[in-house]
Amino acid sequence: MNAVIEARNLTKRYGDASAVDGISFSVAGGEIFGLLGPNGAGKTTTILMMLGLTDVTDGEVRVLGLDPAREPLKVKGHVGYLPDSVSFYDNMTAAENLAYTARLMGLDRAEREARIKEELERVQLADVANKPVGTFSRGMRQRLGLAEILMKKAEVAILDEPTSGLDPQATEELLGMIRDLKSHNVTVLLSSHLLDRVQKVCDRVALFQAGKIALIGTVSELARQVLGSGFAVEVEAEGAGLAEKLRVIPGVSSVEATGVNRFRMLADRDVRPEAANVVVGAGGKLRQLSVDEPSLDAIYNRFFQKQNGAGEVRDAA
Amino acid sequence: MRREGSPFSGLGAVTTKELADHLSSARMRVLEWLIVLTAVAALIGTIQQVRDTVSEDPFVFLKLFTEARQPLPSFVSILAFLIPLMAIGLGFDAVNGEHNRRTLSRVLSQPIYRDALLMGKFLAGLITLAISLVVLWLLVIGLGLLLLGVPPSTEEVLRSFAFLVVALAYAGLWLAAAILFSIVFRSPATAALTTLGLWLFLTVLWPALSPGIAYAISPPHPLYQLLNQPDPDTLVWEQGLARLSPSTLFGEVLRAVLNPATRAIGPIFLEQLEGALIGSPLPLAQSLLIAWPQLVSLIAGTIVLFVVGYVVFQRQEVRA
Repeated sequence: MNAVIEARNLTKRYGDASAVDGISFSVAGGEIFGLLGPNGAGKTTTILMMLGLTDVTDGEVRVLGLDPAREPLKVKGHVGYLPDSVSFYDNMTAAENLAYTARLMGLDRAEREARIKEELERVQLADVANKPVGTFSRGMRQRLGLAEILMKKAEVAILDEPTSGLDPQATEELLGMIRDLKSHNVTVLLSSHLLDRVQKVCDRVALFQAGKIALIGTVSELARQVLGSGFAVEVEAEGAGLAEKLRVIPGVSSVEATGVNRFRMLADRDVRPEAANVVVGAGGKLRQLSVDEPSLDAIYNRFFQKQNGAGEVRDAA
Repeated sequence: MRREGSPFSGLGAVTTKELADHLSSARMRVLEWLIVLTAVAALIGTIQQVRDTVSEDPFVFLKLFTEARQPLPSFVSILAFLIPLMAIGLGFDAVNGEHNRRTLSRVLSQPIYRDALLMGKFLAGLITLAISLVVLWLLVIGLGLLLLGVPPSTEEVLRSFAFLVVALAYAGLWLAAAILFSIVFRSPATAALTTLGLWLFLTVLWPALSPGIAYAISPPHPLYQLLNQPDPDTLVWEQGLARLSPSTLFGEVLRAVLNPATRAIGPIFLEQLEGALIGSPLPLAQSLLIAWPQLVSLIAGTIVLFVVGYVVFQRQEVRA
């Protein structure tokens, strides 16, 4: 797969301070890629450099094979951007706001009206199309921002903190729409400091810390890397000597008894089928079998604890 | 490094949107009424005065603009005061307003350059000012026709039209200044206060300060003091310093354009007046020639302020 976004040794310095310090990553077409990390780690600066909205100090970035510093109009013509806590002109209606950006995109009148109508329906804002945006909730504004990206028919969508400040239901809706983007073959790059929320939608993630990418890969890869074993499988079963039998399953690093007939196994993959086989093979009764997927929060906290020694616990949320 | 694509793409969209915002804003309403009411008040008084005293003047219509009747100042001096106020009112939150509403990054992520945004805002402000000034100009001509009962001559119309152009250049200068400060300061209140402060300083304080500074830079020769005459060197300094203020420039252009009898702006020697028919009117072209440097300075000042704003804006960080 060819890379849609590619950064090599990308650096941004303000005076002596590095906001982004020599990061490299690439995002393949149709992928949902997450830039995760605490506030001030350099996520937004990275995004702005990809859009040509701030100068690159060193290194380079290519979006759809174009240099955003040299050809910003072409890049911005194909890339949709949802800024951190997106805002619109409050005195204008949703449709008017979209009409203004559509004119900036250079769409002609007929195209404009058709697309605005279509996209407002898609993000479920059609019934408030003629209400001023000032009356909108945060979730509605985020959806309107998504409508703007859809209207552009963007090949790449860059979403900065799309879920921050949203209630759980609005977050779910928004994440659903982001998945929907992926199904339309749009490459999505999103940034967030709320790890567990975006974990569900991201194909791959890059963990940012102080301007550098600390970790990059799929969530389970990271889990293997950091936690050693990423999957915790809970088994509730009756039978003799189950703990020893479970321990010998390949990939299982430890088994501990958490109660009567309850075991917690740590493994580097989902070992539920093997565990079930073992229990049944030993003539035991399998009551319950569940798996905790590795949580980004855990990975993140563990990783930075390792980095910083035991003392400092970072607030990731 | 060369960037690609036109800096003007999106200019039309920005200009139309900003223009619509200006024309429908409450702020604009207030400014319009302020100008119309003061202007009408000044005009009514002036028309009375013109009727009483200068019925023989061939340029009766121009007197409408320049004549003052106590306690109100003349129409043009009111405008000289109100035009900057209006321009500043339109421009002081041009860029920082977008910053504070957090709309800037979203707008700039559309396929346009910052050039288009800034230029569009300036053009929309200028068009708004032009509309207001044209309306005001028509109002003066109309009131003059009604209340004086004399139609203006071609030259009077041309001269008053020249006044319109100059007023627009003057407005453009203050608009550019206001936009510059709206880029430099993140808070609209600071930007507005700074621009207003600069305007008051240049309009009220500077004309009072410049003679003193000129005196300090180039003290008059004792001979001139003995004769109780001004030293030409000091005068040149004084005038040069005073002309740093746009309102001085504006006043000088108006004096040449609206008063055909004006032969020179500033001090002249007696021998330069040899053969001149003092008090007889100059042709329009000659009057314009007198005012040309001032008019060019106003336009140049506008461009300089706009360019400074442009450079600062290009280097500014987009993130809120």
